[in-house]
Amino acid sequence: MDRNEIIFLEDKSRHIRRLIVDEIGKLGVGHIGGCLSAVEGLVVLYYKAMNIDPKNPHMEGRDRFIMSKGHAGPALYAVLADKGYFDISELDTLNRPETNLPSHCDMLKTTGVDMTAGSLGQGISCAVGMAKASKIKKDNAYIYCMVGDGETQEGQVWEAAMFASHSKLNNLIAFTDNNKMQIDGNTKEIVSVEPLADKWAAFGWNVLSVDGHNVEEIYNAIIEAKKSTDKPSMIILDTIKGKGVSFIEAMGAANHSTPISEEQRIKALEELK
Amino acid sequence: MYENVEMRQVLGNVLEELMDKDERIVVIDADLAKANGTLNLRKKFPERAFDIGIAEQNMASVAAGMAAYGFIPFICSFTPFTTRRICDQIAISIAYAKRNVKIIGTDPGITAELNGGTHMSMEDIGVIRSIPNMVIFEPVDAVQLAKAMPKIVEYDGVVYIRTLRKSSPIIFSDDYEFDLFKADTIREGKDVTLFAAGIMVKEALEAADILKAEGIEAEIINIHTIKPIDREAVITSAKKTGAVVTCENHNVMGGLKSAVAEVLIEECPVPLKAIGVQDHFGEVAKLDYLKKKYHMTANDIVEAANQVIAKKR
Repeated sequence: MDRNEIIFLEDKSRHIRRLIVDEIGKLGVGHIGGCLSAVEGLVVLYYKAMNIDPKNPHMEGRDRFIMSKGHAGPALYAVLADKGYFDISELDTLNRPETNLPSHCDMLKTTGVDMTAGSLGQGISCAVGMAKASKIKKDNAYIYCMVGDGETQEGQVWEAAMFASHSKLNNLIAFTDNNKMQIDGNTKEIVSVEPLADKWAAFGWNVLSVDGHNVEEIYNAIIEAKKSTDKPSMIILDTIKGKGVSFIEAMGAANHSTPISEEQRIKALEELK
Repeated sequence: MYENVEMRQVLGNVLEELMDKDERIVVIDADLAKANGTLNLRKKFPERAFDIGIAEQNMASVAAGMAAYGFIPFICSFTPFTTRRICDQIAISIAYAKRNVKIIGTDPGITAELNGGTHMSMEDIGVIRSIPNMVIFEPVDAVQLAKAMPKIVEYDGVVYIRTLRKSSPIIFSDDYEFDLFKADTIREGKDVTLFAAGIMVKEALEAADILKAEGIEAEIINIHTIKPIDREAVITSAKKTGAVVTCENHNVMGGLKSAVAEVLIEECPVPLKAIGVQDHFGEVAKLDYLKKKYHMTANDIVEAANQVIAKKR
């Protein structure tokens, strides 16, 4: 990736953070922390890595993305709106009655959302199903998925992991948004998921660990993952929950879902200029 | 043609025919393919018939993902493991997301026999019935199962198939016309209606014979599709006879009794008794023993029928 592309993706990440802060801030409450930690991963996927066409959201053979940590829906919506899947003004409807943008991802409501998710542990299984389906159809698609580190406490994640490697689903590239926090506190204090990389490797996955806020590292990891001939890949993104807005970062685990006042929204937007 | 043929053999054969015709159909098992008659499909369809291991939650969500890709997955296990064990995966990955997945559960209720209480689903219909977008089908015999399967593939939506594995006495003739959403009147009568599903249809038929000798004409209606229930059939028959007995291989809470009573209480309240599992868990024993112990025999139906008839005004 050349310098201009890196700058483009970094600028885009800052822009997406502004959209997220606005989207959740105008509503006054939401899953802000886990949305902000996921931004660079989403930006690299949607603006660089994925074979998609926002004008043709159901294109045959397109790459898919499943937000298994479904509460980060607002982050995905910001990206989808910016990509042109739907009008940017729709972001102001987040969680209002009759909206197409609910807290957790809903494929029946939101153009561009490839799978419904929100009950944790299920999205990664759905992604495995899609990767299996793609292999049968031989459409050469890549299936991308993002899980939370807290989410990997769900047993279903490991059922999915075992079956994916057994089935040699090298077209499956998953990310862990490893922001190291969950609702009740720091993941290592609630129930530690570490050593995370070793766990995925032991389950037969090709594991890569990168700075989850460095677009170049993330992209290089995806390129590396695509070289895998017989294993699914897990890219562990070392991230900060609430990344990019100092007072949200400072809240720690309390930023999972938090009220955002009008003053805070404006302050956050200032910081993201 | 199906006399003494096991239901699982019919299941395997019909699925093979359907998979031949329709490349969208996939069959996923969770280590019970041998038990459920679906193992041989893998020889002919190595990509579209596979085992997911003992991991039913993953099976349900993988199926939803495949359905999102345009496939029609059938997921298979024993009834407790395709329902109560994976209730949330069915609710969210499949039903809420409106993915076209078909769920096959075998050995319902007391037919799990020697597998005992842990494997006896007395609550599966109740669990599944309370989830929106679900269709629940329970075949009576191999004829009905064979006729239903193509219709279930045709229907664009989630269907839970709750079926016996072993052979069942044949009730329906080969020229029987099956409609997934219409109940079948097996015998007409004017004094009492026996609404029955699955293995209880045979008991209801025997009960009707006993009642006939007593001068009572029982109508038998097979509710093969418990959700959405054929409201018209339930109301029409209850209005005609004015007394109802429901007969099910399931807890009398949440299953057929509840489904029938929900219709009747709104449209045509009549005396009603429920034959079925009276809100307790199961245990190991052969079917005949459990039917007697749990008061699910033809004689129990006769007794219930006489009680509801006596209550008629």
